[in-house]
Amino acid sequence: MTHGIRIENLSKRYGTGNTAVDALKNVNMAVAPGEVVGLIGPSGSGKSTLLKCLGAVIKPTTGKMILGDEVIFDNDWRIKDLRALRRDKIGFVFQAPYLIPFLDVTDNIALLPMLAGVPNKEARARAQELLEALDVASRARAMPAQLSGGEQQRVAIARGLINRPPVILADEPTAPLDSARALAVIRILNDMAQRYQTAIIVVTHDEKIIPTFKRIYHIRDGVTFEEAGEGRAIT
Amino acid sequence: MINLAGRDILHSWGKFVFTGFGLGLLIGVTLTMAGVYRGMIDDAQVLLDNSGADLWIVQQDTQGPYAESSSIYDDIWRRVASYPGVAEAASVTYFTMQVRLGKRDVRALVTGIVTGEIGAPGWPRFLIAGRQITRDHYEAIADIASGLHLGDVIQIRRNYYTVVGLTRRMVSSGGDPMIFIPLKDAQEAQYLKDNDAIIEQRHRTEASPVYNRPGVPGLLDEVIRTQSTNPTVNAVLIRVKPGFDSRLIAEQIQRWNRLQVFDRAGMEAILTGKLIATSAKQIGMFLVILAIVSAAIVAFIIYTLTLGKIREIAVLKLIGTRNSTIASMILQQAIGLGLIGFAVGKISSTLWAPIFPKYILLTPMDALYGLIAVLLICALASVLAIRAALRVDPAEAIGG
Repeated sequence: MTHGIRIENLSKRYGTGNTAVDALKNVNMAVAPGEVVGLIGPSGSGKSTLLKCLGAVIKPTTGKMILGDEVIFDNDWRIKDLRALRRDKIGFVFQAPYLIPFLDVTDNIALLPMLAGVPNKEARARAQELLEALDVASRARAMPAQLSGGEQQRVAIARGLINRPPVILADEPTAPLDSARALAVIRILNDMAQRYQTAIIVVTHDEKIIPTFKRIYHIRDGVTFEEAGEGRAIT
Repeated sequence: MINLAGRDILHSWGKFVFTGFGLGLLIGVTLTMAGVYRGMIDDAQVLLDNSGADLWIVQQDTQGPYAESSSIYDDIWRRVASYPGVAEAASVTYFTMQVRLGKRDVRALVTGIVTGEIGAPGWPRFLIAGRQITRDHYEAIADIASGLHLGDVIQIRRNYYTVVGLTRRMVSSGGDPMIFIPLKDAQEAQYLKDNDAIIEQRHRTEASPVYNRPGVPGLLDEVIRTQSTNPTVNAVLIRVKPGFDSRLIAEQIQRWNRLQVFDRAGMEAILTGKLIATSAKQIGMFLVILAIVSAAIVAFIIYTLTLGKIREIAVLKLIGTRNSTIASMILQQAIGLGLIGFAVGKISSTLWAPIFPKYILLTPMDALYGLIAVLLICALASVLAIRAALRVDPAEAIGG
């Protein structure tokens, strides 16, 4: 079976000797293309560490990570240019949208392909297409400060999708939103996952959106276990 | 690729413009200081240019008449005028004083010139209004920087002079405007005692048995006459005929007359190398301090602006922006700030330079060097901010 992302026995240890802390202990996880899964756990459980490992921001201690069909980590990085890996193969959506305040909506999204060397015109056309898919095309020339919280988050999702990455890591994307907008964001993530066959991992504490996941990974003390979610439909 | 620095500057243009304006005023002060130095050099050179002299004859073992006092007899010009190669020779006096005009006074370099020989060395070469001095007494030509006008009546010591002509850029090496008066008046004014002192001196002379001898009629009168006249001047200026070597003429005069003679290069060395050397060093110190202050300000501003964007920089790094792109953004912003500052500084220094009491010479080359220095300072100042930005961990964009 092809996976968007799969990790096997992934561990992360901070420090050495008596002060060593095992933040992740043989974590296993697999998310298929087009699937949205939840990652839930209390503070200090290892969620952020896992997200940073998946995002190639920190190096795991041991284990294996496979992105699409490509092994990117097998007890060591198998990819030299992690910056290019993050740019081309991993999408990020943050708790706050963290849009670049001095770029308009289109350029905030188009910046990623531009960084990869895509011509400006083509990058902006791709951004426009995503803005239409996310129903914010009318705000294409607006600056981030002129957008509502929901609009900003949709633009952030568009930025995460622009390079068609096999996986998107969403770090509490609904935290600052009310129920209706939070559910709208999850609906958009599901739609986008289906449309672009992207695996999406949503780290969340948000009780409102947890019932919408079909599969949920719980993490506690660096150990994950999987359970089936309710997969409640979003109306 | 989008120009991130340009977009950031356009987005928060008010911050950049106001910061650039503040920096610009500082750069303006720096350019003005350089202009003050250039003005001092130029003042020294125009003083020499406007004297119309090729050689300056002064008292032996002195560096007069501008840098040191010098006193030589006023008939020396006759002796040197007959030397081969000497086209013209004329005596001059120079003394700085407060020249009174009604209730106010103005500091000026009063210059005594021989009358009746228009165009002789020492004369003002160009007038912007009025005429040259044509009478032997009580006429003056003033530089426009003195604030005097044609027809003004000025007081030098106890005599009054009518301003009959005006010059421009005829100043001393210290920037004081020059006022030309007839040589005889200047000689008198330079050494003139007040009336009480003259009376006391006469009494002392009359009381002296050496000068007041009953058997020698006329001795006392002659002594008193010599005591009340002044046969000295500060220098003799010489214009050399074309084709003659001024150095050879100087050597001959020096050898046979026990006098000191300077040519143009020697006099320029005294004025620029000695007379204004301390001032130049002072200005140099100011320039160094201002450059350091400017660098510190740019560094602080760019560093603060960068710290305000740490989260955005972390996001940029996380989504794959190269370090060089981020460093380039900060460097471009620092240089942009420097360019705004330089433009403001250049405009402001050009606007306020004429208001300064002393001549300020803003040269294009100084402006170019200033621009290069500003850009270098800005580039150096951005290093701190670039270092901070490059140390940002992309993981900071991910919570927890």
